[in-house]
Amino acid sequence: MKLAYWMYAGPAHIGTLRIASSFRNVHAIMHAPLGDDHFNVMRSMLERERDFTPVTTSVVDPHVLARGSREKVVNNISQKEDLQNFVDRASSYSESDVILADVNHYRINELQAADKTLEQIVRYYLDKARREGFLNRSLTDDPSANIIGISTPGFHNQHDCRELKRLLSEPRISINQIIPEGEFLKNLKDLPRAWFNIVPYREMGLMAANFLEKEYGMPHILTTPIGILNTADFIAQISKIVNLWSFSLIEKKVNYDLYVENQTKFVSQATWFSKSIDCQNLAGKEAAVSGDATHAAAITKILVREMGIRVSCSGTYCKHDADWFNEQVQGLCDETIITEDHIEIGDTIARIEPSAIFGTQMERHIGKRLDIPCGVISSPVHIQNFPLGYRPFLGYEGTNQISDLIYNSFNLGMEDHLLDVFGGHDTKEVNIKSLSTEKNNIHWSYDAESELKKIPGFFFAKQNNISTITVDVMYAAKEKLSS
Amino acid sequence: VKNFEIPAFECETGNYHTFCPISCVAWLYKKIEDSFFLVIGTKTCGYFLQNALGVMIFAEPRYAMAKLEEGDISAQLNDHEELKKICLQIKNDRNPSVIIWIGTCTTEIIKMDLEGIAPKLEKQIGIPIIVARANGLDYAFTQGEDTVLAAMAHRCPKYKNSELRQEPTNKIDNSSQIKINNSSNNNFIYERIELPKSKLVLFGSLPSSVASQLNLELKRQSILVLGWLPSQRYNELPSLGEGIYVCGVNPFLSRTATTLMRRRKCQLIGSPFPIGPDGTRAWIEKICSVFNKTPVGLNERENQIWKAVQDYTRIIKGKSIFFMGDNLLEISLARFLIRCGMVVYEIGIPYMDKRYQVAELLFLQQTCKKMNTPLPRIVEKPDNYSQVQRMHELKPHLAITGMAHANPLEARNINTKWSVEFTFAQIHGFSNVQDILELVTRPLRCRSGIMSDFQSLSKQT
Repeated sequence: MKLAYWMYAGPAHIGTLRIASSFRNVHAIMHAPLGDDHFNVMRSMLERERDFTPVTTSVVDPHVLARGSREKVVNNISQKEDLQNFVDRASSYSESDVILADVNHYRINELQAADKTLEQIVRYYLDKARREGFLNRSLTDDPSANIIGISTPGFHNQHDCRELKRLLSEPRISINQIIPEGEFLKNLKDLPRAWFNIVPYREMGLMAANFLEKEYGMPHILTTPIGILNTADFIAQISKIVNLWSFSLIEKKVNYDLYVENQTKFVSQATWFSKSIDCQNLAGKEAAVSGDATHAAAITKILVREMGIRVSCSGTYCKHDADWFNEQVQGLCDETIITEDHIEIGDTIARIEPSAIFGTQMERHIGKRLDIPCGVISSPVHIQNFPLGYRPFLGYEGTNQISDLIYNSFNLGMEDHLLDVFGGHDTKEVNIKSLSTEKNNIHWSYDAESELKKIPGFFFAKQNNISTITVDVMYAAKEKLSS
Repeated sequence: VKNFEIPAFECETGNYHTFCPISCVAWLYKKIEDSFFLVIGTKTCGYFLQNALGVMIFAEPRYAMAKLEEGDISAQLNDHEELKKICLQIKNDRNPSVIIWIGTCTTEIIKMDLEGIAPKLEKQIGIPIIVARANGLDYAFTQGEDTVLAAMAHRCPKYKNSELRQEPTNKIDNSSQIKINNSSNNNFIYERIELPKSKLVLFGSLPSSVASQLNLELKRQSILVLGWLPSQRYNELPSLGEGIYVCGVNPFLSRTATTLMRRRKCQLIGSPFPIGPDGTRAWIEKICSVFNKTPVGLNERENQIWKAVQDYTRIIKGKSIFFMGDNLLEISLARFLIRCGMVVYEIGIPYMDKRYQVAELLFLQQTCKKMNTPLPRIVEKPDNYSQVQRMHELKPHLAITGMAHANPLEARNINTKWSVEFTFAQIHGFSNVQDILELVTRPLRCRSGIMSDFQSLSKQT
């Protein structure tokens, strides 16, 4: 037993439900007690989903349990056999395919379960198509790709997907399929027709991609196109893969260098921004980064390599991916922190006192507590992370969005600080008539009064054992604090 | 002779959505200020509460999860030792007056002996431990509060007859204050005649301001409430026992009522619930009749409220409403809205204790007769899918529904209101009538020009 207050990733069944409700014609049935379907509420409210969430709870009540499954729950294997029997019988009754989600609630979390469920579904349908002779193994005529891992309610997933399509359109890569979001299961048999797979978030989709590589020889690109450098790398990898086949299939080689250059220099504002003067002011400032492995690693790279900002500490709650994460941020930050314990992360941030934090909603709250500005760059999410406007993290538009986020986070912090130093947010209080009517023994001159508004607090005086506040003391305090 | 024919209702035993009963932690920890709630469950429970508490969770609420892991489930670890470690940690960090263990589905299934471990642990760590089983296998949503209060009832001190003064005679002076003019400095001193406390304990968790309002209403009838279950602080639990009358303020507290009657030997006052001016009046009237007091000024008070909310009732008169059902407040809310002039097509409700709600059901019947509207269909354990189909046919003006269905129904041009808002809004007493009507009328008032042209904003049916 462990005393727990907060978790970053949800429980396993949430992952499975995410995949199930992303596919077009899939319905998930949970044999569960009342209330376990709060996933429906989350999805409906966060994504402002217009349609009913395709998840139903087949309510378990004491009578059901009394009929025998009580004892068997303790033994996981028996339970699985029990449910598998149920699934097999259900398949014979209904026209739809019935699959039992193969996830162990105690061992894996939401992300791992989603990954596994997606792989399970892909495998099931490809195996079925192969058995029944429907599998089409011929590659598409023109270069095409599958995007694996866009799901609901993912962090800016919808926007990222749109941007990926845009990113692939100029190099004329068509989209074969996007799974699971919005895809029909019957189309899964055509997955192997694409030239390669793209996995934008390694937490969700890697297992399916590995399966497709092993069974169908499909290469996949693991680089996430977040940031100028990563996006260029992403495109370079695409051209490499395309050129493997292009000569025989489309009788020419492709070169996207000009595209990348144009985008980097002119379409994305990020490169120019990092050269501009106000970005130079950010150089040397310190940041702390935390989140899922994909986003935390990518943001760390952007901060250090593209904007010259120092990252004191970078971390992730994806413990199972620690090796990959450490490898990615090696040399880019002073220390790494791999943990699911938000208290540990909070203590670390409190210790380093960065100028800005880039993390999840939990880090945003840590930032509020410590009075450090925070930009949100990863799930877990709140409703603010589902903006109606177009806000991708991937691709060239993504670089603009991220630059804005970084700049504003640092600057808002500066702004608050300066406002504190120079005496408050309202500088219009020139007329102090009210004080003359107060029965006060102390009389403040008008000038002193206005100076009073600029004091950064008597704290400074106390610290320096000063008992009489003169104008000199006030100025000294202001100087001390603005340095 | 009372006519005990209550409205017919059916049980659909369908698949419906409501919140898990451990959600009661979200409001009970705030109500009982020196409490600490320990939910003993799995990641699923923790994740749900984390989302339910929302941003409150960052304010370090007096709540935590004892997260069960594989070792606990397969009985490899000693439950007693594990729980002891956790409770000691809680004692060190927060030092509450009481720790309330919330049992969940998992503890039910693995038959963890919480009731056996708690008394021993209580002696060891020196803090009272109350065990309440609020799990989704047996209960729905607000019934979580019911299980906690029923468990707490056992901890109330025993009422001794000598504690209170004798019941006063009927002819009591209604004024409880005498004005004395102190001429020396022209100030008035008010000397109070202490009204003896009536042997009345109210049960149900309400915000203190609302509880005070209800206390005040009863005080106006010369009935001073002895105490509330739950009280603001654990150490202020009211005395219970033979001779004490108890009365509930919420319809989902049937287990608490039963415990108070059977185990603590109190007398239950059955009445409609104080929701809406009609309900509040009926509730006060019933209590008055039990204590042999003639109610004073109640009719005027009720009429005054009806007059004050005329603008709202005008908007909803004649409009129809459909309750999908999830928080067990449905019968009272429906009865009130019928009195306002609405037509209720269907009342879905997760569970209804017919005995505990008998007065409310009768009142519903009477109200329908008075307003000349048909009796609504009452469906226990409704099937949400079938309800949506029925709503498409019936086309109610307003659907009261959970958050899982609200957006999709809006996209299909059915006005909705979240049922959960009624759980957390202040809806009891005379003073809060406007609040309920504000909630109900807002979706009906909000319809702006652009939306009315679209039949459906969904591509699906």
